[in-house]
Amino acid sequence: MTQVETRSAAAPAVAGPAPRFKRGREAVTGWLFVAPFVVLLVAFLLLPMAYAFKLSLYRSTLIEGEHFALFENYTQAFKDPLVREGVVRVILFGLVQTPVMIGVALLAALLIDHATSRFSRIFRLAAFVPYAVPVVIGTLMWGFLYSKDTGPFGSVLHIDFLSSSWVLASLGNVVTWQWAGYNMIVLYAALQGLPREVYESARIDGAGPAQIAWRIKTPMISSAIVLATLFTILGTLQFFTEPLILQPLNPGSITQHYTPNVYAFNQAFSFQQYNYSAAISFLLGAVVFVGSYIFLFATRKRSAL
Amino acid sequence: MNGKSERAGIVPHVVMGVMAIYFLLPFWWLLVAATKDNDGLFLSAPLWFSDFHLVDNLKTVFSQENGIYLVWLRNSALYAVVSGVGATAVSALAGYAFAKLRFPGRTKLFALLLGLIMVPATALVLPTYLLMSKAGLVDSIWAVILPSLLNPFGVYLLRVYTHESVPDEMLEAARIDGAGELRVFTSVALPAMRPALVTVLLFSMVASWNNFFLPLVMLSDDHLFPLTVGLRTWYMSATLGNGGEALFNVIVTGALVAIVPLIAAFLLLQRYWRGGLTIGAVK
Repeated sequence: MTQVETRSAAAPAVAGPAPRFKRGREAVTGWLFVAPFVVLLVAFLLLPMAYAFKLSLYRSTLIEGEHFALFENYTQAFKDPLVREGVVRVILFGLVQTPVMIGVALLAALLIDHATSRFSRIFRLAAFVPYAVPVVIGTLMWGFLYSKDTGPFGSVLHIDFLSSSWVLASLGNVVTWQWAGYNMIVLYAALQGLPREVYESARIDGAGPAQIAWRIKTPMISSAIVLATLFTILGTLQFFTEPLILQPLNPGSITQHYTPNVYAFNQAFSFQQYNYSAAISFLLGAVVFVGSYIFLFATRKRSAL
Repeated sequence: MNGKSERAGIVPHVVMGVMAIYFLLPFWWLLVAATKDNDGLFLSAPLWFSDFHLVDNLKTVFSQENGIYLVWLRNSALYAVVSGVGATAVSALAGYAFAKLRFPGRTKLFALLLGLIMVPATALVLPTYLLMSKAGLVDSIWAVILPSLLNPFGVYLLRVYTHESVPDEMLEAARIDGAGELRVFTSVALPAMRPALVTVLLFSMVASWNNFFLPLVMLSDDHLFPLTVGLRTWYMSATLGNGGEALFNVIVTGALVAIVPLIAAFLLLQRYWRGGLTIGAVK
């Protein structure tokens, strides 16, 4: 990325100084070309962000109507045990689910990179297909599979997958099933880009396939692993669809405030608490934004971003 | 090739086999379940066929509530195609401009874009809803389509791809031949950008087809729902049992019908998927 940027800055497109009128024409054309994108960026990203921030600074009561309240909503959010519960839950979820998923994806990618048989090609497709399924439908399918009545596991294992002690793991499984294949392809693509000669010398030195996979291939694709991890974490913090779909199956264990996003959604649409909901949304957005920057900064040497 | 797969040995293949079963199990279950009636769904073995009711189920799916499923299917297709094509067109114009045209503010605007890629989409859904409801656009197809046209990551991908794959000399030659900027873009740049365009198109179409949060919030008229939101309403009324007439076998069959076109398209176009992920991942 940085590389691309410096290259384009250093090398002007046209050799020699372009005539003045041409520069002007190119400037106008350039802006015309980016105009639709800029309009959309303003209308559906910058404006909503600004509006959410503004809303979050106001409170609405029956007596006073809407009034400026500065950071009252934020103070409330920080004190709100339901927010805290949701935040702790998504963090816990991310800490367990992210390594599991990246681990599964990495193992699968190393396997298909190692075994170039027809079976490995079929396997690659099988693992990637869940990504093509809408999250709503993927979650519905697992909802049926988890059920004691319609699924194969409940009656054999005597586990209630949606009970409060199991539900987080069950949701983690849905997410892993849906996204591991996607991450596998990302990591596999990175593996395909490595120079094969490196393995040859390792083999001559007596390294087995497992050692080559773990000690040579894995470190060499660390930038792709970092990116896949980043996107997984971003997804985790925004956890919404899966708990919302499975909620009616067990409202006791999947609450109205199960994740910050579910809570913000319910505050807005069940309780018309738009200001408070905006504060939670904005806070969540800010955490994801800052978090991903810190993550990218901390890993910038590895990710080459 | 053959020698290599022999060397790969039995253990990796067994591990892949186990993982493949895990990834495919829900699809097998769905396929089997769609052939059962509601009693069969609950009373027969979950992973094997009992009485064959697939045709009845399909009839019910398409006739339930005056055939609203077909409306949802059409809506999903409409949102996916219009958003996908629109987002790709907007991203192509911007990506090309960032890569190949020099205009004041370009570097700053691109830096802003890179920052904004990190803004989580779900955090924007609620404020976007409130703004759109002020503009009177809520509960229309535009409430779903317009926000989906914005694809900062698509712009980034096309910018990177165009920068490396469209030679400046080619554009310059076309300009010297007297082509206008739009002509240079459509007849010289666009054909060279094709692989990346297909990728961005595929990813934005799938993102729209799978979208749930945005239409859930924006739409209340069930005739505007995409499949994802529609199926959820059936599922809610079936699980809560509050007088909804949708039965589980109908939902299961509806889910099967909804994913078949996507999986078919996905298998046909798989090389573009992989190509696209490579552009995105290994830079």
